[in-house]
Amino acid sequence: MNFSFDENYLLSQLALCIERGKLNSSSKFPADMISQPGVEELLPELLSRNISPKIILDNGLLIGMNRVGEKFRDGKIFIPDVLISAKAMNAAMEILRPYIVKGDLKLKGKVILATVKGDLHNIGKNLVRMVLEGGGWEVIDLGIDVSSDKILDALKTNDIKAVGLSALLTTTMLNMKDIVRDIKNNFPEIPVAVGGAPLNQRFADEINADLYSPDPQGMLDYLNNNFSLN
Amino acid sequence: MKKFFERLAEKKILVSDGAWGTELFKLGLRAGECPELWNEQNSTEVFAIAKKYIDAGSDIISTNSFGGSPVKLSHYNLQSKAYELNKTAAEISREAAGDKLVMGSIGPTGKFLMTGDISAEELIDSFTLQVNALLDGGVDAILLETFYDIDEAECAVKAVRNFPDVPLICSFTYDRNSSGEYRTMMGSTPKDILQAMITLGVDVVGVNCGGGYNNMIDLVKELRGFSHNIPILVQPNAGLPETVEGKIVYSETPDVIANSVKSFLSIGVNIIGGCCGTTPEHIRTIRKIVDDFLLNQ
Repeated sequence: MNFSFDENYLLSQLALCIERGKLNSSSKFPADMISQPGVEELLPELLSRNISPKIILDNGLLIGMNRVGEKFRDGKIFIPDVLISAKAMNAAMEILRPYIVKGDLKLKGKVILATVKGDLHNIGKNLVRMVLEGGGWEVIDLGIDVSSDKILDALKTNDIKAVGLSALLTTTMLNMKDIVRDIKNNFPEIPVAVGGAPLNQRFADEINADLYSPDPQGMLDYLNNNFSLN
Repeated sequence: MKKFFERLAEKKILVSDGAWGTELFKLGLRAGECPELWNEQNSTEVFAIAKKYIDAGSDIISTNSFGGSPVKLSHYNLQSKAYELNKTAAEISREAAGDKLVMGSIGPTGKFLMTGDISAEELIDSFTLQVNALLDGGVDAILLETFYDIDEAECAVKAVRNFPDVPLICSFTYDRNSSGEYRTMMGSTPKDILQAMITLGVDVVGVNCGGGYNNMIDLVKELRGFSHNIPILVQPNAGLPETVEGKIVYSETPDVIANSVKSFLSIGVNIIGGCCGTTPEHIRTIRKIVDDFLLNQ
């Protein structure tokens, strides 16, 4: 597809606004982009030029989010930077939501995320959610302190590609074992990914999880590699 | 409140306590339960932990109030009991400590200021209530521990400064990245933290939790390199937790930490104890090494 220089420029600016977390022209962050247009100006501008939501997602938003995921994985940026990018990305997806509802814009598939039973920490899970959504996946976020039953219910009522489980505490990560077992007993074909500060590959192997990743990008890569895009 | 500074000056190096959370789990606390509720419902067990650390040789112990801020207690719908639970936490440790010192433990709320989860005013109010209750329960100092966000720590420091002359220790937790640098979860360097804490007028700067005793030696060296004067507290985990046959095991046993403890003392730390996975046995080992070190000074 051919775009004019203007439109390519706007798409690259949009990617930059996602990467840096630039919401709109009046937002004060980041300081070096003050008074420049943000996601909430650039995205409607692209739509008004008849650029399709799919092109905007693939050639703008996802490029920005990929950079965020990779920089976070490589330790070049930190949680605050990711959270601010997440805000900009959420704003972009809100603008695109009508197209998703109508079916004009299709996401890659649905994934369940949950912090396991007994654990009230949501930061790690939210980072994963942000990176997956930024990678074009639809996330069903079951929240914190989530039991097997709740996950099985969600698996029954949705077309789910994978489940991601999070735990911050050594005590609660032990609860992952039962949850993985319950999912495998009922939905043997559904891959289960696990993550969180106290986890490691050996523990993931012990509890029969399909994937351990120390960073959100690892789960995104796994999903993208294992499920063909629609 | 002078007692804390007098004791620090007189003894040169204070031995603190070890873990509370992992000790509570040994006594039956279950994942998902509110640890601070034990101050009311299982006070005998909480007292037993405090007493074991005193018997092992701690000069200063903390309180079972790490998650006792109203913001944190609201997860369990217990925010209205915040004052009582914190005051009782302080009273239990006070009774166990006898003439030894007590520092009131306060942990972060888990909410982020920068994303608008919570406002600075709400944080200060929440911490102020907790500080007030701990002081009413008789603590000699306040220990802000396992912090990672300078902005949230600033709110907690402001809350403490609502009360005159309270000795204040502020301890952060760091990860070590693949290039060997220490950063908090928010990306702050040890130097960033130290400068902010000195500017805020904190009395003691600390490092706790993290990757263990051996993993923290370079971090403490770095901090001591930036400031020769500020008192430093060190409370590492007993290494990173591992699971062996479904059980959590910490690799740094009392024998394993001995050399690291000696390194900390020669770098020049002022309060030393432990965090997750450490036990009264670790404190017994540290006590002995500190006594030997001070004898040979």
